[in-house]
Amino acid sequence: MNIVVCVKHVPDAQSERTFNDSDNTTDREGVDGLLSELDEYAVEEALKLVEASEGEVTVLTVGPAGAADALKKALQMGAHKAVHVTDDAIHGSDAPATSLLLAKAIEKIGTPDVVITGMASTDGTMGVVPAMLAERLNLPMVTYASQLTIDGSAVTARRDGDTASETIEATLPALVSVTDQINEPRYPSFKGIMAAKKKPVETWGLGDLGVDAGQVGLGAAWTKVDSFAKRPPREKGEIVTDEGDGGTKLAEFLASRKFI
Amino acid sequence: MPATRIMPTEEGQELIDLTREICDKELRPKAGDVEAAAAAAGDAFPTEAFRTLGQAGLLSLPYPEEFGGGGQPYEVYLQVVEEIASAWMSVAVGTSVHSLTAYPVAEYGTDAQRAALMPGMLSGEQLGAYCLSEQQAGSDIASMTTRAAKDGNDWVINGRKAWISHAGHADYYTCFVRTSNDGGRGLSCLHVPAGTEGLSFAQPERKMGLHGDTVGEVIFENVRVPGENLLGSEGQGINIALAALDSGRLGIAAASTGLAQAALDLAAAYATQRHQFGRPIGDNQGLAFMVADMEAAVTSARATYLHAARLKDAGRPFSKQAAVAKLVASDAAMKVTTDAVQVLGGAGYTQDFPAERYFRDAKITQIFEGTNQIQRLVISRHVLGDART
Ligand SMILES: Cc1cc2nc3c(=O)[nH]c(=O)nc-3n(C[C@H](O)[C@H](O)[C@H](O)COP(=O)(O)OP(=O)(O)OC[C@H]3O[C@@H](n4cnc5c(N)ncnc54)[C@H](O)[C@@H]3O)c2cc1C
Repeated sequence: MNIVVCVKHVPDAQSERTFNDSDNTTDREGVDGLLSELDEYAVEEALKLVEASEGEVTVLTVGPAGAADALKKALQMGAHKAVHVTDDAIHGSDAPATSLLLAKAIEKIGTPDVVITGMASTDGTMGVVPAMLAERLNLPMVTYASQLTIDGSAVTARRDGDTASETIEATLPALVSVTDQINEPRYPSFKGIMAAKKKPVETWGLGDLGVDAGQVGLGAAWTKVDSFAKRPPREKGEIVTDEGDGGTKLAEFLASRKFI
Repeated sequence: MPATRIMPTEEGQELIDLTREICDKELRPKAGDVEAAAAAAGDAFPTEAFRTLGQAGLLSLPYPEEFGGGGQPYEVYLQVVEEIASAWMSVAVGTSVHSLTAYPVAEYGTDAQRAALMPGMLSGEQLGAYCLSEQQAGSDIASMTTRAAKDGNDWVINGRKAWISHAGHADYYTCFVRTSNDGGRGLSCLHVPAGTEGLSFAQPERKMGLHGDTVGEVIFENVRVPGENLLGSEGQGINIALAALDSGRLGIAAASTGLAQAALDLAAAYATQRHQFGRPIGDNQGLAFMVADMEAAVTSARATYLHAARLKDAGRPFSKQAAVAKLVASDAAMKVTTDAVQVLGGAGYTQDFPAERYFRDAKITQIFEGTNQIQRLVISRHVLGDART
């Protein structure tokens, strides 16, 4: 079984994240980047599937030069090879453009048995790329899988909702997006780190994919960030004075924030 | 603040990055709770932490790749130990002790023994224990009385070892035993797998700190191992033990440095946040200078162990420098952790902050793998011996 995992290089959520003043796009220069933690679950799931049978895991990313770090981490975890789609014209691309590039790259790789993605990126968190990608590749789509089994030519996934869990079956080839409940991603091992140095990483530009510069980038984006403002500093916590109804007030507070 | 490091290779830097990630996600968040549970129960062991490190390949770094090790120089291996210690001291000590237990096979074993034993030891799935000390033979190891007698091709061991790290949790025991009455020359080294009949363990010791490092007596009652479990030759035990300790001391020096770094980081952060007399306490020179001395102590500890490590990696004698590193780094750990409690004041004395744990964990570094008096003995013998010739 061959699997392509789409991964994204995102600014480290632990650091001060912001936007570029010049064009209101995400600042990827001033902060440390890493493999989106939600994508680690996708890589892990792909590795487990391949380890249980056979085949190869190819990791694919669209992003600037630094995005190679996300591929490196996935290769260190055990993925077999990587494809990096990068081109200056891609800067500022929105979800439709990103899904176009991913689809073209997957077609060029050769459509695999399964495409696996995380459920969203930890920076944009839109969560729409998997669906767009499935549409472009004309594949059945199973999103938000919290459990995944593949048997012959069928993929079965569990989706956990607020009130019920569904079990969904689709035929292969298919696209699956996975949640952070599906597994416990492994750490790279030292041997994995050493082995990753020898694994193939291909770099493709727009020309390699037959995509026109006008189809991608900030200019082609359907949405645009007009302005941004820093989140106001955290306010002091609310103190509930117990006048005999403390419990009710606490419950109301929690309910207003949808904790209960 | 993570320590500033210059690693000799790119892979060394990648190892540090991997270690930091595991420390941040797996070790640091769990250390306080597991240590407290171990203190209360007397015997809770960080099994999961060792498994994570083992799977990542961090329990076998200084040994050859052909046997499953990481093939890393001590300069890199020790900095990994230091990083682990800054997150969880017991686990760093365990990592160092485990390396120590593989040393006799790696350096004194035959090819057949290396091929048979090292892959398991370096698999990341096993943990070793190093059985040298006895109740009546601590600093004076040559006075040990645990005996192994020859019976046909077998060795039969009787006696008790004291304060053994990982007792009851280890997968194998690297044991030093008396095989003749010839004082220090009558000692030998034997490999004893866990589960060998006659091997048992007393209740773990109740200790001041380092609770995650279960320590206890290992009891040998007619423990029989085949002749091929003898590591090195008969009577070579003391040389093996002392050579292993030269390297082991560097592990303790590195762990001490990491512990001191953690205490310094905690104290520095607190000194900028805690206000008294209308300003951060760190704005008082009396306190700021304490922090400066702590930084100087940590930096010098790191410098001494790295110097010794580089000598070792270059194949040069390093026994004196290893003793210096153990002495300097463990004294630094004691001083810096004591001062960290002081910087935090009353809060430092409570279990709300890890300062008191760092302080309790520091004391043992001046005692095990040769007390600091014994380090001075080693250092002075080298210095005065050199002066005489
Ligand atoms: C947590 C912990 C883990 C340990 N792990 C292990 C282990 O895994 N394996 C193992 O074999 N051992 C282990 N030990 C034992 C440890 O190595 C010994 O405790 C140590 O070597 C000191 O021996 P001792 O306790 O008998 O002290 P003693 O030798 O009785 O020393 C008592 C005091 O006398 C001083 N002293 C002794 N001789 C001299 C001298 N010639 N000159 C000046 N001063 C001297 C010492 O410095 C010390 O201050 C561990 C101990 C602890 C507490």
